[in-house]
Amino acid sequence: MIIDRAFALKIAFGVLLFACGAMLSAVLDNYYLQVGTTLAMLCSLCWAWNIVGGYMGYPALCMISFFGIGAYAGGIAQAAGVPETLAWFVAAGVGLLFALLLGVPLLRLKGHYFAVGTIASVEVLREVANNWDQLTGGAIGLNLPIHAGSPDEVGRYFYLAMLGLAFIAFLVTAIVDRTQFGFGLRCIRQNEQAASMVGINVFKYKVGAFVLTGVLGAATGAIYASMVAFIEPKDAFNIIMTIEIPVMVMLGGMGTIFGPLIGGVSYVILKEFVWAYFINWHSGLLGLIVVTVIYFLPVGVLGLTWRDIFRKFGASKSTRPVTSDIARSAS
Amino acid sequence: MISQYIVNGLLTGGLYACLAVGFSLVWGVLNVVNMLHGSMVVLGAYFCLYGVQQLGLPLYAVAPVACLILFVFGYAIQRGLLNRVITQPILITLTLTFGLDLIVNNLIIHVFSATPQSLVTNFGTVEFAGVRVPVVRVGGMLVAVILTLVLYWLLRHSKIGRAIIAVRMDRHAAALMGIRIPHIYALTFGIGAFMAGAAGCAMALIYPVTPMMSGVFLGKAFVICVLGGLGSVPGAIIGGLVLGVVEGLGTLTLGQQWATSVGFIMMMAVIVLFPTGIMGKKGYE
Amino acid sequence: MTKATTPVLELKSVSRLFEGIHAVDNVSLKLYAGEIVGLIGPNGAGKTTLVNLISGFLSVSSGDVIFDGESITRKKPHVIAQNGIARTFQIVQPFARMTVLENVMAGAIYAGHRGMVQARDKAIECLEFTKLAHLKDMPASELALANRKRLELAKSLAMNPRLLMLDEVNAGLNSSEIDEAIQMIRSIAATGITIVVIEHLMRVVTALAERTVVLHHGAVASEGPTEEVMRDPKVIEAYLGNKFAQRFAETSGVPVARPA
Repeated sequence: MIIDRAFALKIAFGVLLFACGAMLSAVLDNYYLQVGTTLAMLCSLCWAWNIVGGYMGYPALCMISFFGIGAYAGGIAQAAGVPETLAWFVAAGVGLLFALLLGVPLLRLKGHYFAVGTIASVEVLREVANNWDQLTGGAIGLNLPIHAGSPDEVGRYFYLAMLGLAFIAFLVTAIVDRTQFGFGLRCIRQNEQAASMVGINVFKYKVGAFVLTGVLGAATGAIYASMVAFIEPKDAFNIIMTIEIPVMVMLGGMGTIFGPLIGGVSYVILKEFVWAYFINWHSGLLGLIVVTVIYFLPVGVLGLTWRDIFRKFGASKSTRPVTSDIARSAS
Repeated sequence: MISQYIVNGLLTGGLYACLAVGFSLVWGVLNVVNMLHGSMVVLGAYFCLYGVQQLGLPLYAVAPVACLILFVFGYAIQRGLLNRVITQPILITLTLTFGLDLIVNNLIIHVFSATPQSLVTNFGTVEFAGVRVPVVRVGGMLVAVILTLVLYWLLRHSKIGRAIIAVRMDRHAAALMGIRIPHIYALTFGIGAFMAGAAGCAMALIYPVTPMMSGVFLGKAFVICVLGGLGSVPGAIIGGLVLGVVEGLGTLTLGQQWATSVGFIMMMAVIVLFPTGIMGKKGYE
Repeated sequence: MTKATTPVLELKSVSRLFEGIHAVDNVSLKLYAGEIVGLIGPNGAGKTTLVNLISGFLSVSSGDVIFDGESITRKKPHVIAQNGIARTFQIVQPFARMTVLENVMAGAIYAGHRGMVQARDKAIECLEFTKLAHLKDMPASELALANRKRLELAKSLAMNPRLLMLDEVNAGLNSSEIDEAIQMIRSIAATGITIVVIEHLMRVVTALAERTVVLHHGAVASEGPTEEVMRDPKVIEAYLGNKFAQRFAETSGVPVARPA
């Protein structure tokens, strides 16, 4: 692990941010606690996706499969009487197994086939959740024991829980960023053949990354399920969210430590404060944001340099070739 | 009983073929997974509905116009938007078409409202292999299959068709042969949109259509395309028919609610077992 | 001397079929520690295929590859790399968006079995050896061809290999760059690393290799000290065809011209 000054500063900054976030829980009202919880949830999903999607460069569109599996695993465990916190760990364990189950066949594929296989997992899981009534409650949904306490206390509790998970996801990302595991993922992103030729166990690394993403995603889903105390298939396996997460990370910067945070924050700000006023144009505006991100911020906020910004508004309008290495692995 | 399901499956399968062939062509030639495809099908259906119900025009006049509008729409999208990011990683093109899908779908809801609509058609029924089926379904299926076959013939025998296939096989070599790649890309996408529109018109005759169905249509296109092989027109026909029958049999054995899942599970199995589709690379045209 | 007793790498009648055609046909070879062996042959003779077989990138159809007394025939490429076989690619394959230093570190970390910090030190050492140290923070994609080739070399060296296969490492370089590369390869061999030089340029082979193996149609056409191999009529035939070989044989004593 290489720890230089820039990295130490980044970590210190991140820890400081999370500490501030935790302390804010004492003063925020219920509405802002909810916004904060959503933010923390999206950020942990973004950090989780960033490992496979950003560092490793695989177009994984199954983030919500992990999330939903976690939500249902935690939910079913809780409904069966497992204590809440333990249920979260159970969900993380189920997420690990599911990531292995999905990853081992899918990670042999490249490009579109991988992307389509991962999307299909969302569809299949939603249908399974819809139809396996005895286990999941089917389309009607699954009720969980409600967390005891006043609304404020509960809100604060889940805010802190989600923040804690986001912090774990942040730390995992920081470690991945600086260890030989993450270094290997970056090699794989650029050229798998060359990566195996320098002695990287490409398949093991890919499965490892997928599992990390799966565990974090499932844990997030479980905390979410406990918080809302009710889950249904179309909510737990929401196809829009499975693409929203990558868009957020793209917005912030793929394969960076803070990209998911920046993406998540900008997204939540847009969502809460801009398009809350345009109920009927909700998905249209979301689409507009997606398109804008792709045309104007193809490398994310963190990938921009001042030169790029000037160039963007200057005479030259040519789109810059970026991340062509993923393109190569895709073809 | 079982023949009823198989005949129904084949009839639906013909529609599916038409639904998927454009998607498959775009994926195969442009290497773009067009998430907008489902909305284009819905758009075709709504144009058709609008022309027949609001303007009172005959169906045979409205449907071709609806398809042509979609062709222009598709050409413009590809030329104006997608061509600019076509060399980017697939995550980018896929997400971009997804964003466009959200916009288009939202616009459809806004303009045409979200309530299910369908054309009231009654052409009677016909006896077919011992099974009674509505004429409209047979007609819709036949039109869809004939269009798909025409597309196949055009790809093989027209100059532009050969150019599209050349680009599909080797973009760089095709460019060196003097083929205008951006134009061919846009044409291909336009043809994909045209076929989506045709599928939409046929759908509108048979099922009530809502904007929410775009996702379902897209899902079918995915499955068929993977079953039949990317960019392959005969593959799309076979994939469509197979999916139609499998869904019918799935409904028969497991119940209606599992029909869609059976298709998806079959697709995942094919992806994992035959990464180039069942037809493999041979189904080039 | 160990040289005569234990080979570093031994190929036992290795073959590889591509749809019924023998790309590599019953090749048996022994390579010894510290020697430089030339591997030559006309285009399509199976040189690169042979390298791919040894490095595990293609699977062997029949036969056995033994490295250091242990069979590596069925091993995965990364395991073979970790065991100490490094190769360069004919078409260089850097990690384009990483810096030069990071590229070389990649070699040092996984196959060289080093932690990140030691890997960086080793990488800098290798970059100094290949005279790339001044470019270490440049993205690999911005290097000129000659430097990319050197980067491949540095990356392979960082892997601590005992066998290094250089696939056309000099193709496309100018004369003075080739001279420098020859010097570099010689000093690598001096550290005890066995080197296989795959080349089209005969002057590189004659300058470097004591021993040369000629492949033709996937099979070994000739093998022996480089000087002798170069005069072997079978080699001339492989490169220039039957007619020319006869003419050369008639006017005997004429050394082979540079077929490249």
